Amino acid sequence: MEITETVSIHIDGKPYQAQTGRNLLEACLALGFDVPHFCWHPALGSVGACRQCAVKRFRDENDQGGEIIMACMTPVTPGLRISIHDPEVLRFRAAVIEWLMINHPHDCPVCDEGGECHLQDMTVMTGHTRREYRFRKRTHRNQYLGPFIHHEMNRCIQCYRCVRFYRNIAGGRDLNVFGAHDHVYFGRHQDGVLESEFSGNLVEICPTGTFTDKTQKAHNTRIWDLQTAPSICVHCGLGCNTLPGERYGQLRRVRNRYHHEINGYFLCDRGRFGYEFVNSDKRLRTPLYRPERNIAQREMRLEELFQQAVLRLKNPGTIMGIGSPRASLEANYALRSLVGPENFYAGVTADEHALLELARTILTQGPARAVSVQEAARSDAVLVLGEDLTQTAPLLALALGGLGYQKAVAQARKVQLPAWDDAAVRQFGQEAKPALFIATPQPTRLDQAARTCVRAAPHEIAALGLAVQAELSKDSAAAPEAPEALAPDIAQALAKSERPLIVTGTSLGSPAMVQAAADIARALCRLGKSVGLICCVPECNSMGLALLQAKNLSAAFQKASEGRVDTVIVLENDLYRRAPAQAVDAFLQKAGAVMVLDHLRTPTSLKADMVIPVATFAQTSGTLVNNEGRAQRFHAVFPADETIPEAFRLLVELKQAAFGQGRPHLRPVLEDQRLELSRAFPVFSGLAEPLPSLAQPAPGGKVPRQSMGYSGRTAIHAAVSVHEPKPPHDPDAPLAFSMEGYEGQPPPELITHYHAPGWNSVQALLKYQSIAGGPLKGGSYGRRLFLQAPAAQSDFFEKLPPAIDLKAAERLLVPLHHLFGSEELSMAAPAVAQLAPLPYLALNPEDPLAEEGREVLLTVAEQTLCLKVKVMPGLCRGVAGLPMGLAGIPVVALPAQVVLTKGDAT
Amino acid sequence: MLSPEEIQEIQTALAHCESNFAAGLDALKIVQRRRGWISDETLQEVARFLEMTPAELDSVATFYSLIFRRQVGRHVILLCDSVSCWVMGYESLFEALKKRLGIGFGQTSADGRFTLLPHPCLGACERAPVMMIDDELYGPIEEEMIEKILARYE
Repeated sequence: MEITETVSIHIDGKPYQAQTGRNLLEACLALGFDVPHFCWHPALGSVGACRQCAVKRFRDENDQGGEIIMACMTPVTPGLRISIHDPEVLRFRAAVIEWLMINHPHDCPVCDEGGECHLQDMTVMTGHTRREYRFRKRTHRNQYLGPFIHHEMNRCIQCYRCVRFYRNIAGGRDLNVFGAHDHVYFGRHQDGVLESEFSGNLVEICPTGTFTDKTQKAHNTRIWDLQTAPSICVHCGLGCNTLPGERYGQLRRVRNRYHHEINGYFLCDRGRFGYEFVNSDKRLRTPLYRPERNIAQREMRLEELFQQAVLRLKNPGTIMGIGSPRASLEANYALRSLVGPENFYAGVTADEHALLELARTILTQGPARAVSVQEAARSDAVLVLGEDLTQTAPLLALALGGLGYQKAVAQARKVQLPAWDDAAVRQFGQEAKPALFIATPQPTRLDQAARTCVRAAPHEIAALGLAVQAELSKDSAAAPEAPEALAPDIAQALAKSERPLIVTGTSLGSPAMVQAAADIARALCRLGKSVGLICCVPECNSMGLALLQAKNLSAAFQKASEGRVDTVIVLENDLYRRAPAQAVDAFLQKAGAVMVLDHLRTPTSLKADMVIPVATFAQTSGTLVNNEGRAQRFHAVFPADETIPEAFRLLVELKQAAFGQGRPHLRPVLEDQRLELSRAFPVFSGLAEPLPSLAQPAPGGKVPRQSMGYSGRTAIHAAVSVHEPKPPHDPDAPLAFSMEGYEGQPPPELITHYHAPGWNSVQALLKYQSIAGGPLKGGSYGRRLFLQAPAAQSDFFEKLPPAIDLKAAERLLVPLHHLFGSEELSMAAPAVAQLAPLPYLALNPEDPLAEEGREVLLTVAEQTLCLKVKVMPGLCRGVAGLPMGLAGIPVVALPAQVVLTKGDAT
Repeated sequence: MLSPEEIQEIQTALAHCESNFAAGLDALKIVQRRRGWISDETLQEVARFLEMTPAELDSVATFYSLIFRRQVGRHVILLCDSVSCWVMGYESLFEALKKRLGIGFGQTSADGRFTLLPHPCLGACERAPVMMIDDELYGPIEEEMIEKILARYE
């Protein structure tokens, strides 16, 4: 690790303290100086290309002339003397921006970046106010880059940030720079959809309006008119922090919210562009009711349906509650309280539930630590077992894709090359292949960053894992007789490393593999290593649901089949995505009445007797637990509609009305749910602590969700009344639906937007950090629930999965996951749905049936499917891949052995 | 499709390079020598051969002004417009060529015979003003010589 020391430097004649190991630009910014810059970015390092961060350096106190240097390319050294405000350097910086602006159009009024544009900020900061250039500007043709990114090349100022992010960080190979001198062009070889799953970050990386958010453009709003609140992404289990923005009751966009330990500066495209399900016409917006099974659902006023629901709940029969891994802890807990713990079921099948329980066990019992995404990025040897991370936990893939660069940084340090000197470090360490090993059935996008990839079926991956474990603990009795050929290499790399990491997950449906991952971690712990363990989970609150220790959906089906269940309440869950259709049909048929609370119209809601539309994450608050066991709060971005209640509140109100419990006549609040939750489960004991500014009301009150420039507040209702309406009250968060309130930087957990005087773009984030790229001022947030007891000498699982004997014509059917397509909510966002594949069956090129587009038949779980073959080079032999979650692909328990036959067509 | 000769030459170039990326420019030159210019299809073929993406190779191709990404005539005239040639009468030479060929810089004559391009220095100041047709350097040139020189190219 790097050793830094605090040294004294002089800036414009005054002494300051700065850290060595940083560059001068970072040091100046950390000291609060506004030094303009373009090509430097905390996540990208320095290349010294744009010449904007020029400052003057003096040899000693007698040097009157000085020399102009680039701050981003100058290391902090003791006794450094510089000037930021020297007149010559001021002129230099103004000249640089004048050059950059020569071809930049005067289109700020129609540019989506306007108001949060780094170029605007820097132009104002350098004082370039008058354009002398009289000639024609060079113009470019824009490209079609897919449904996410809008391209406007004329606005480009050639800072190269886009390609540096796209190639170096995201590993994308289809965006590049073309041409030279005055006609440099950033784009693709030809028009087409950007291939990287992280392309959306171009919107925030680009310092001007060259790459903008196309989904936002379709319903554009000036950024100062957005109402924003801290939120958590609901599209996978990593819990990336987001800042969704709303105007006129519609979500307009999602931006990254910096979390030092999770997503850092970046989001994946599902997380950034999946938000449009909130505005979708697939939303449930009116309550529906049918008094009898054989008639159609009809619309009903919420109050009436509420009374019907209360009557129903007062029936003496059993009420069963089905929770959801995509609903908040509080909503799940409110349902559990309503129906009673014995009648509350997690809305996932026995198989998935067992896997989540296993994940919870290995992460809570140790001895390996559950680590965060950014901690994973600092590992020096990583073994990935079974997970196609780019598709199931994309930000983790992004982090691990940077291991090669981390290795190059470590090597470069030995020759005194500083970590921030990006181009030099990359040149120096371009051959550095990190100790990243990936074992999956199918090729993955992360393969290009790995040293070795193994293609194997799930049970073989588990066997490989056990072989690695056996290598690490040679005396282990369960060592397989013929260890996998690669096991010694992997074991050696892990044993040699200082910060090893084992990554696995639930997506392949293999408990043996997850156990093998835990066994390797345990073996490394016994060697005295500090081991990180990550187990990816499928949904935003999968882990939270697992912690509620409920029975599973299969048990609910079983109970319903045994006897009469009077009422089933399904919370934010489409059971048809969980279990085979016949099983769900039978279950819903058995129930006396089915009540569905959800925000999207689903096959389950179509079968319900009572449907109550509820708010999405954007209009309610709550807590989600991510895969590492970190409980994080999300806050309503805009108030819930009167006719679309928040699920947790509705459930508490139902309980009050039906059973007279709780605090009648008082509006239920989230804090009460958290308090009860923390009493009921020791693991949640920390959740009862109020948020910082709730504990100590800050001067000025609640943190405003709206910016200082929010427009139209008094005009919106002027036709009715010129009096301003009172802003809606939010009982659940220290945030206000208003422009007014707390002034200055709020506690890090409550940041609603990044802004500092003179800094209107996302680059203002550096004003919220003590050092660019470091933690937010005020420390980390999000409560980690799994802080293990000291490593217990627990036993290995050492369960070798039974070998699978494939008969002729049989394949092992394994699940494949798609970032765009396999997740339920984002598929209601048109831009994401557009990129989802059609159903297919993946086969290895050597498979006798492997012919692109050929129809094949397979029978699985008593259903016969006809699918078109997609030849997938690199797919493990004997394996067939079935894409999960796509329309037309039924829910089946995988892996499973299936027989393939040619379809009729061929 | 790359011809066997092209493939062999590219492989020879590859043997001198540490990575396929490094051989990108050489490969483009080899193919351009035979085909005159680099079409999108040609670029994609070379990229596939070098296991690069078209964007990666195109980034190299478009950086160099002598890799032609648009179709050129059968012969390419590079007219030097740097200081020495400018002092020695490049402008009148340019006017004469424009008049004779009926084209300006960046254009190809109607019969597909010549493409006229400016070149910032041909490295032959002692012979200024100069021009280069294909691989042949001419200079010092006077207006009267143009017709005779051009007649050598079909």
